[in-house]
Amino acid sequence: METEAVKMWAAALTIAIGGFAPALAIGKLAAKAMESIGRNPESAGKIQVPMLIAIAFAEAIAIYALVVALIIKFV
Amino acid sequence: MHISLAAEKLFNIGPLPVTNTLLASWISVVVLLGLVWSLKRKGIKSVPKGLQNIVEFIFETWLNLMDGVTHDRKKSIRFFPWVVTIFLFVVTSNWLGLLPGFGTIGFNEIKEGKHVLVPLFRTVNSDLNVTLALALISVIMVQVFGIITIGIVKYSKRFINLKNPIIGLLEGIDQLATIVSFSFRLFGNVFAGEVLLVIIASLVPFVVPLPFYFLEMFVGVIQAFIFAILSLVFFEVATMEHH
Repeated sequence: METEAVKMWAAALTIAIGGFAPALAIGKLAAKAMESIGRNPESAGKIQVPMLIAIAFAEAIAIYALVVALIIKFV
Repeated sequence: MHISLAAEKLFNIGPLPVTNTLLASWISVVVLLGLVWSLKRKGIKSVPKGLQNIVEFIFETWLNLMDGVTHDRKKSIRFFPWVVTIFLFVVTSNWLGLLPGFGTIGFNEIKEGKHVLVPLFRTVNSDLNVTLALALISVIMVQVFGIITIGIVKYSKRFINLKNPIIGLLEGIDQLATIVSFSFRLFGNVFAGEVLLVIIASLVPFVVPLPFYFLEMFVGVIQAFIFAILSLVFFEVATMEHH
């Protein structure tokens, strides 16, 4: 396969696979948070900020994958 | 369509290069200083109105949010300038980057035989150098706050743990990973957003980019918030008494 074709596959697969696991992680985080808010509605304020922080950590991994995909495609 | 990962150099001041992101960051600083000057000019009133009201609302919300993390008003006030400055700088830079003119007004140059447009202004945080600088400032201030608050002996026990040296080493590696994580999170979000807007605008220039601009506004403020609140969390962890 020529380099261009390989690069295209690499970029596409990087972001496709690299976005899958963080999406799963964020889903699990938010689900647990929703569950505990549902069980105890008054704790919503206390749960929001730590949940957001945890989601940011998980999303960062997806962003790493995106940056690698962009580097493969454009550099 | 030409998308450059690195910020393009425009001119030199002496031996130092000036990139389009540096120029844009000066505009961010001018905007923030203009905000301060505008408040100073009107004077701080006991009953806030208009701009002072908005600024007080933002500051109060942040201070209460920080109290939720530190559980100590004095600590919050001490961390406040660092955390909220990071937030204001990042959100101003991100939102300025959405204005018309950023990325579109520039110089026509020939690079590697192709005609490319070198923009005069480029979103500040789409330059890895900027986000790396902010991340370094955050992590260095984590160490400084740790040393100032609990003393250098107690703070170095975090990294030089005699009972379990691996934990100390891991803490050091964790700090380095934090630098990478902070810088790439902000860079990735802003750069990817820029690329997305360029591509969508090159496909359908009318109406369709609108929801993507709203997305970028949202991402801009969320990433600023995340950067600031994560810095705060690390400040807090560094200044916690070891249990």
